[in-house]
Amino acid sequence: MRSNFNFFSDEKFRSIFFQTLVIGLFALGIFFIVQTTAYNLEKRNIATGWRFLSDPAGFDISFSPFINFKSTDTHLDVYFVGVLNTLLVSFCGCIAATILGFLVGIIRLSSNWLLVRVAYIYVEFTRNVPLLLQIILWYSILIQLPRVKQSLEFLDTFFISNRGIYSPRPIFENGFSYVFIAFILALISSFIIRRWAKKRQDDTGQQFPVISTAFGLIILLPLFLFFILGSPMSFDYPALKGFNFKGGMVIRPEFIAMFLALTIYTAAFISETVRSGILSVTKGQREASASLGLKKSWIMRLIIIPQALRVIVPPLTSQYLNLTKNSSLGIAVGYADLVHGFGGISLNQTGQAIECMVIVMATYLTISLTISVFMNIYNRSIQFKEK
Amino acid sequence: MKKLLSIFAVSVFAFAANAGTLDDVKNRGFLKCGVTTGLAGFAAPDDSGEWAGLDADMCRAVAVAVFGDRSKVEFITTTGKSRFPTLASGEVDMLARNTTWTISRDVNLGFEFVGVNFYDGQGFMIPSSLGVSSATELDGATVCIQTGTTTELNLADFFRLNGISYEALPIETNDEGKENLFAGRCDVYTTDASGLSSTRAAAADPGKWLVLPEIISKEPLGPLVRHGDHQWGDVVRWSLNAMIIAEELGVTSENVDAQKSSNVPEVLRLLGVEGSYGEMLELAPDWAYQIIKQIGNYSESYEANVGPDTPLEIARGLNALWTQGGILYAPPFR
Repeated sequence: MRSNFNFFSDEKFRSIFFQTLVIGLFALGIFFIVQTTAYNLEKRNIATGWRFLSDPAGFDISFSPFINFKSTDTHLDVYFVGVLNTLLVSFCGCIAATILGFLVGIIRLSSNWLLVRVAYIYVEFTRNVPLLLQIILWYSILIQLPRVKQSLEFLDTFFISNRGIYSPRPIFENGFSYVFIAFILALISSFIIRRWAKKRQDDTGQQFPVISTAFGLIILLPLFLFFILGSPMSFDYPALKGFNFKGGMVIRPEFIAMFLALTIYTAAFISETVRSGILSVTKGQREASASLGLKKSWIMRLIIIPQALRVIVPPLTSQYLNLTKNSSLGIAVGYADLVHGFGGISLNQTGQAIECMVIVMATYLTISLTISVFMNIYNRSIQFKEK
Repeated sequence: MKKLLSIFAVSVFAFAANAGTLDDVKNRGFLKCGVTTGLAGFAAPDDSGEWAGLDADMCRAVAVAVFGDRSKVEFITTTGKSRFPTLASGEVDMLARNTTWTISRDVNLGFEFVGVNFYDGQGFMIPSSLGVSSATELDGATVCIQTGTTTELNLADFFRLNGISYEALPIETNDEGKENLFAGRCDVYTTDASGLSSTRAAAADPGKWLVLPEIISKEPLGPLVRHGDHQWGDVVRWSLNAMIIAEELGVTSENVDAQKSSNVPEVLRLLGVEGSYGEMLELAPDWAYQIIKQIGNYSESYEANVGPDTPLEIARGLNALWTQGGILYAPPFR
């Protein structure tokens, strides 16, 4: 009795005891769920296992820009098509939402009354309406576009209908690889020039027009080479044949609806993050840089934004994660993402619900953790460097 | 999410569902029946908000067999995708939801199809202005298709076999398919021929839509229950068979009382005058009598919901009795 009392009055023992207890209960709970599920699956004669992954899918996926998918391909291929489509819309969405979010965030701090009001209404409206409704709204607008036979035409090359936006597809011919190599080289040398210019400025105080040089290198050099080589590129134009346009490239309304909704929704949150980041930089910083005689645009670029980024990046990371996870709502408009194809059709056709859901969840986890890792590396690179 | 919930539900409700479903239903006081989200003629709310249709009648017939009361059903709507987890988890006692009987569903998913209440096949519907008269002319068309169905697989097979291409537009419900077809997002809508007739009947101007002559698959649609509970399976199976046998014997909801004094032995067995078939099924002795009295025989249900005099205008065809050129056939009632 006495020794027992002593044990529990010891803070260290108490804390270890309760932590062990909680972990033990948690493990027991997981064990119970796994056991019951396995028991019930067996009881109901529901077959389990991973063999279905190598079975032919038997259905077609029409939206597969990266892999040429046929119905004789396997469920594993369905998975890859889904992952790529999820990554595609998430990637495009993150880039566009960042740009739009920064713009709106800065506009909301500007002194133009009208712009500030418009930005305010946009943010409040999109933040407070469920994303699913916005996706469906965009989709129902897009399918009200003209039918394919009455497509809107632009210069006989672009066609807009409720089946998507058709545009010419570039075909690269012999020699185009040189243009591409020149582009890559220009990109690399721009980075080297930037580092060199920074070092020179640190050492001597002299500046170098990095941006205009980089622009010249990246755009003009490949363009010059392109014409020297006799324009080694032609276009495959879309043409209405039978039921649909043949040839060219197409962006489907399902993708556009997802892209617009995800971008516009997430950008509203990002703009608030950006605004709070900029406001977190004290007024004194602005005044101090002004008294040094810096230009207004320089103050923003060199003083305010670098300090604001420290506040902006951590919540920005979680916005990227949100956007990626929200892309799973594509199922509402038939966008062939991971949840729709593998987690939906494959699951349903094979009946392997648990296996499919485990794979889908593990995939989202992997994508999210990867985004976090890169954002954390970036976050560390912009933190204060104590000298 | 729904699937995930169902998986958890499977583990949580495990023990509840393992007990006899018939006892569960009796204790609960009503039947939970999984139906479509709305397919006119099969299961859809009518003008007064009551569920009506061939599948709805199937649900009501089972409720009558168990309770002697056609109103003791709760209709639970399921999509093509949610139907199986809903049944597996015990959220519904049975499905009567235009579901095709296939080997993988019967064996691998752990269900039991108890019979066929409609013999169907997959067809195509197009706007008549498209000027197409056969499905083989559909090269390059955009096709609306309900995901998670057998039709999705048949479609891929059909186009592959004929060496023509198509673009699939996956949709979740019949309503979504209708909306996309009517807006011209897709050229063709494919599903079971009965479903097409139902969709066509619901269009603003049915004359503008054409169901192509090809039937590219066999789709025996029927009610199903969870595998392993044979007692409950028997109740649902014989509720359906009773309606078919009643048609065969000429017993209708109108003459059923008079038929009680019939001199045909099978009629007397069916109506519970002779034998103790109700007891064997743990149901009331007059269970089949009540089904015929309150719902009608198969023919009455068919004619009222999908037959030639309804907007769906589906002739009996394969669904006629075996004695009348169809393949509808029920084992003997003895």
